[in-house]
Amino acid sequence: MSSLRSIAVATLTKDIRLEWRSRDAINSMLFFSLLVVVIFSFSFDPNAEESREIAGGLIWVAFLFAAVVALNQTWARELRNQVLDAYRVSPAPANALFVAKALGNFILVSLLEALMAPLFMIFYNLRALGPAWQLIPVAILGTWALVVNGTFFAAMSLRTRSREIMLPLLLFPISIPAVQSMVEATRIILAGDGSARFWIVLLLTYDVVFTTACLGLFETILQAE
Amino acid sequence: MKRAFPILAILTALLLVYAFYEALWVAPMERTMGDVQRIFYYHVPSAWTAFLLFFVNLVASVVYLIWRSAKADAVALVSAEVGVVFCTVVLVTGPIWARPVWGIWWTWDIRLTTTLVLWLIYVSYLVLRRFSDSSQTPKLAAVLAIFGALDVPLVYFSIWFFRTQHPQPVIGGGGSIDPRMLHVLLINWLAFSCFAFLVCWWRYQLELLQRDLEEAQALEALLGDEGLPATPARARSPLNKTPSRPGTV
Repeated sequence: MSSLRSIAVATLTKDIRLEWRSRDAINSMLFFSLLVVVIFSFSFDPNAEESREIAGGLIWVAFLFAAVVALNQTWARELRNQVLDAYRVSPAPANALFVAKALGNFILVSLLEALMAPLFMIFYNLRALGPAWQLIPVAILGTWALVVNGTFFAAMSLRTRSREIMLPLLLFPISIPAVQSMVEATRIILAGDGSARFWIVLLLTYDVVFTTACLGLFETILQAE
Repeated sequence: MKRAFPILAILTALLLVYAFYEALWVAPMERTMGDVQRIFYYHVPSAWTAFLLFFVNLVASVVYLIWRSAKADAVALVSAEVGVVFCTVVLVTGPIWARPVWGIWWTWDIRLTTTLVLWLIYVSYLVLRRFSDSSQTPKLAAVLAIFGALDVPLVYFSIWFFRTQHPQPVIGGGGSIDPRMLHVLLINWLAFSCFAFLVCWWRYQLELLQRDLEEAQALEALLGDEGLPATPARARSPLNKTPSRPGTV
């Protein structure tokens, strides 16, 4: 257990340090989601009332697309210099690598959300009518739902041709219930229209089910060569 | 087994013709919907067959992950392919029926959406199999099949929260059905299942043959055309005269 944690922490720190020095992923994600926000606001031009209804969808679609940018780069770094092969032959537990990568993506996407959320508020003149603090669990659970499966499917699409296009094709169908829960919960909270509890519980269930599945099957995927 | 195929094919064809006749002429006319209701004899059996095939796919995928049997993988591939075809039939016949009866082509109802998401998941499964040409494809596909199966109940619950418009399920639901209609429905289901089984079987043989062929070609490319020992795979392959393809190793 301690080796799992120390390896996970080591990989995570290495990834964060690399990202901190290059800032490749976060910059491209930020710019990408900024573009999505601007294009959406041109295409819909909503008033404040409509904004509350559609903002949940816009925010999460923007984050989903931006997350794919980061997720696609997750494993690319490890392919160079055969790092992944070295990892495969080492006795280190496969799940330590997975947890580190998923956490790294989680931190990256959360950072993006923290930076982009104020911008959304400004561009769409949003003000939550419901309990705004509930947006925090929705964001945490929703982000984890996206990155846990995203990290897994990114590892899966490593073995395919044109893997950059493969990841969204695998990730989006499976993510439909999670995306729907995030969007509905955000809409309910922003419009102050009832309780978002059902959707938060559903997101939590999704997270638990797929985190378990990922941890159970990652070894198989990593060893697939 | 080979000899049984034409017999089964003829029986299935007869069954399909009989079921068609039953659905169009024998089954009683529905009181409010009229003739358009008869599409139900194609819609529902296709749905049942598709769900059955997706279930077969899940079982075959789990069997593959446990025992790494190549045959289980072929079964998984075949059931997903045929299942997607039947699921497409469901998604096409549904709106054709819904337009005159509900007045709309599509609604985001629980069963419609779940079926659509199921279809999307299995299309992504087939895309993965198509884009991945390493020897690891079966493993990746089997894992994806398990993820898809885990997703379906979550999709169901997420849409369960909305109002549902689809008629209640005929069997085990609140709806009631004329026994003559049920009879026609079951005959159609039997015919469709036989047809699906037949196609799966044919496709399964084809898949095994294709794998033998690829194996033989890979071997040929490795050893060169001269001095190749007559391996069973080579002897069985119908195209062993073709020049070896580079890059199949």
